[in-house]
Amino acid sequence: MIRVELPYHLRTLARVSGEVKLEIEGRITQRAVLDALEACYPMLRGTIRDHVTQQRRPFLRFYACGEDWSHESPDALLPGAIVAGAEPFLIIGAIAGG
Amino acid sequence: MSNVRVLVGTRKGAFILSADGKREIWDISGPHFAGWEMYHLKGSPADPNRIYASQCSGWFGQMIQRSSDGGKTWEPVDNKFVYDGVAGTHMWYDGTPHPWEFKRVWHLEPSLKDPDTVYAGVEDAAIFRSTDGGKSWQELPGLRGHSTGPGWHPGAGGMCLHTIVLDPSNPQRIFIAISAAGAFRTDDGGKTWKPINKGLVSQYIPDPTAEVGHCVHHVAMHNSRPRVLFMQKHWDVMRSDDAGDTWREVSGNLPTDFGFVIDVHAHEPETIYVVPIKSDSEHFPMDGKLRVYRSRKGGNEWEELAKGLPQRDCYVNVLRDAMAVDSLDKCGVYFGTTGGQVYASADAGDTWAPIVRDLPGVLSVEVQTLP
Repeated sequence: MIRVELPYHLRTLARVSGEVKLEIEGRITQRAVLDALEACYPMLRGTIRDHVTQQRRPFLRFYACGEDWSHESPDALLPGAIVAGAEPFLIIGAIAGG
Repeated sequence: MSNVRVLVGTRKGAFILSADGKREIWDISGPHFAGWEMYHLKGSPADPNRIYASQCSGWFGQMIQRSSDGGKTWEPVDNKFVYDGVAGTHMWYDGTPHPWEFKRVWHLEPSLKDPDTVYAGVEDAAIFRSTDGGKSWQELPGLRGHSTGPGWHPGAGGMCLHTIVLDPSNPQRIFIAISAAGAFRTDDGGKTWKPINKGLVSQYIPDPTAEVGHCVHHVAMHNSRPRVLFMQKHWDVMRSDDAGDTWREVSGNLPTDFGFVIDVHAHEPETIYVVPIKSDSEHFPMDGKLRVYRSRKGGNEWEELAKGLPQRDCYVNVLRDAMAVDSLDKCGVYFGTTGGQVYASADAGDTWAPIVRDLPGVLSVEVQTLP
């Protein structure tokens, strides 16, 4: 069970409260997590990654186990604590704007 | 008695203002999509309970929301706006080619006949259409592919397609406007487009009478006379009597002919409204006085409408999609300001009163007249 924490506006959009829990088979990478997330919540497509390029939207960051994974390869294996469900994978909106 | 529903898009959410035909007591619903920029909401003329809304955010991009119950509940529909084929380039501010990049939907224009058909005007400028209620979007690429496209350039607010006007007498004819490319028309349902900017004079561009490059702010039409168009250009209020083939200036005695909004009375096709703004350097009314101007002669001769509007210390702006009319008798006129006020007149502009004063900055106002 992979735990994902979404920013407020995406929780509202997906109509979820608290963390999202995802069952994912195979390699647990950022791409696998986001693919599973978007499959469960299609309204999130395009809000985290660009529809076409699949690039992370510029004002969002990905964190895992206290580390910034935003610039890591989307196909790199996530830390064991994420894989084991001990820690959530964090999708965070940049703190900016008014 | 008929009812009125005013759809207000703001920088921090959408609001729905409802009243009966007297338009005296208003119910305020919202914020819907709190915290999101709501560029535009518009109801289907064919099914007033069908409303489309453009929801966007610098963080999360573009969403399209759809309501089938008059705005009580909403469902997100498709938000994938992908340019057809190779996107190509347009002109950037510094004169260099710049790739076409989708940023947001500025305007949604539902079909006059089919609630599931809706057009979207987007930045960077292009027009998309959905025929399945927003579940999928396809570009009408003939516009962006026009031979002048590589020379289009953004205005200060981006290169946005902000105005879509459907001809009720001819489903194949659509008018659009782009800042800062100008106005265009299709006569074949969107396959091909032609610039319709003859007569526009823009002193701030290298060739003031160029075929394209004009900063058109808004275009309005009365449904009974689809060949007559009114335009608020960056500077100048313009009129066309031949479906945009030629334009003439009708700024007349306006105190300033800069502005954003323009609209037409619901029952008097020669009665038009603008909100003069001091200049493109100072986006606020002249002398701190918020005044609507009305012409009952289709332009040139304008009268000041100020009763009920603030006449001192008012420094708000009224953005291009932030004025609308209802079709009651007397015609109601509505506009929203960047200061968060929505003003209404239930007597065609003679007197005004705020419906609400302290919303986030208003981006758009549309009105539905309900049976």
